[in-house]
Amino acid sequence: MKILICLSNVPDTTTKIRLTADQQAVDVAGVQWIINPWDELALSRAIELKEKNPAVVEKITVIHVGSKESEPTIRKAFAMGADDGIRINAVAKDAYFVAGEIAEVIKSQAYDIILCGIESSDTNGCAMGTMLAEFLDLPSVSSVSSLDVEGGNISLNREVDGGYEKIQTSLPFVAIVQKGIALEPKIATVRGIMAARTKPLQVFEPAGIDALTEVAAYELPEAKAKCKMIDAENIGQLIDLLHNEAKVI
Amino acid sequence: MSVLVYIENWDGKFKKLSFELISYAQGIARQMNTSVVALSIGNVAEEELKKAGNYGASKVIAVNDSRLHQLVNQAYAAVISRVAEKEEATVLVFAHNITGKAVAPRVSVRLKAGLVSGAVALPSSTEPFVVKKNIYTGKALAAVTIKSPVKIITLAQNSYGLAENPADARIENFTPELTDHDFATSVIESNKQTGKILLTDAEIVVSGGLGMKGPEFWAPIEELAGLLGGATACSRPVADQGWRPHYEHVGQTGKIIAPNVYFAFGISGAIQHLGGVSSSKIIVAVNKDKDAPIFESANYGVVGDVATVLPELINLIKEYKAQ
Repeated sequence: MKILICLSNVPDTTTKIRLTADQQAVDVAGVQWIINPWDELALSRAIELKEKNPAVVEKITVIHVGSKESEPTIRKAFAMGADDGIRINAVAKDAYFVAGEIAEVIKSQAYDIILCGIESSDTNGCAMGTMLAEFLDLPSVSSVSSLDVEGGNISLNREVDGGYEKIQTSLPFVAIVQKGIALEPKIATVRGIMAARTKPLQVFEPAGIDALTEVAAYELPEAKAKCKMIDAENIGQLIDLLHNEAKVI
Repeated sequence: MSVLVYIENWDGKFKKLSFELISYAQGIARQMNTSVVALSIGNVAEEELKKAGNYGASKVIAVNDSRLHQLVNQAYAAVISRVAEKEEATVLVFAHNITGKAVAPRVSVRLKAGLVSGAVALPSSTEPFVVKKNIYTGKALAAVTIKSPVKIITLAQNSYGLAENPADARIENFTPELTDHDFATSVIESNKQTGKILLTDAEIVVSGGLGMKGPEFWAPIEELAGLLGGATACSRPVADQGWRPHYEHVGQTGKIIAPNVYFAFGISGAIQHLGGVSSSKIIVAVNKDKDAPIFESANYGVVGDVATVLPELINLIKEYKAQ
């Protein structure tokens, strides 16, 4: 079984977001780039599955759409345990573009399971993985919170309002994964970091898919009013404020 | 030309969310001088379908196929795309929830229609079509232009209110042609709690962090949520330590919520946590550390020990309710 994980690289989630002076871009000077947290969990789960079921999972490949500057993200995935990687040499424009470009490259390659994080922490689009499934005409299972491949049998749960459902699917398929898929991100070992340098990374030029959306301008949210402090000895005032001022209880 | 809105039902009933979506679709229809068609998939009685008219839908298309009583992404996308073509929809509206995220991107590819997910307002203009959404989990906003002839929007929860606009909705049944290929996935087992208010639906959310000291101290959180008719939630370390189930985790990598009031007890307010709750209308924070970052985002703050403030608050709420 071959597993493909789609990776996005995003600013560290603790980054304070600033805009450029013309508000046409997010200022990424000095930003620390990381693997998108959901993609990192997807990759971590794939590596766990391979370690637990070496006879079932043959290979883990990662794919990323980005310029050469984002290659450290792919090498980080190698250090964690991915076997090889693909980079599509283009700057991501929108989810439709990324999904279309990935579909062009992988449609001739036989992956059994394609894993995508449910969203990326920068654009919060929640769209790329499902779009990829549609481009490839494959089934997709969304909001996946657990995945197993023991004995070559796929077992997966998806989250629904107030609980979860066990889902059966034909192969190959795309799983859109969320929190819970892996408990902790896999930590790269020194051996992994050494091995990462020589793992194969293929680079493809983009096929020229048209983006359907573009950002016209960015803005920062309005600053919040200062917090009203209430004395711990006078909690009645809090109820009064919630009732009479905020009108929420 | 029309604005097509997909309205989800839960056991045959629509929720406030469904009516907010119709209200939003009606807002767009007014901007574009056209009408709203609502699409329902599932087993919904005519009387319930008619309610779509209260918010401005002039037509409701009802698809009732037993194979669609469970969410099957491909089949739903096929049905919705077909109805969109039939109704010559130029804008499609979905909720930015589990179903919307699972289906709208497929419809986007099928119709080659640009998608803006998690929109927070009506389009600021329709020619060009520009709509605003949160990015970086609310740390910034982007005004996004959709360039394709057909546009798709998923609307962020609680970002648009209800707007009544009575119209006599005509109900039309529609039977789509579907093939086995559309049903490659199926539900083999369902585990859902019933009777509890869902976190993402709740108007009031009561949440605890590590400052609660341990799972054995959670009873007052549940009691306060019960008193206020709200849901309970927790911070990420609380879920990671197994004090509370993962589905209660709110924050950047957990659930993103936008209730009327969010109570944060013993939560310091890491930036990732705030990302999940910053769209709440009112945030109330109780923390013993006066420098906790949560106070920078809160509307009302109390510096104090949750072990004494929370029971006091419960007693006073009981008195207030009794009045």
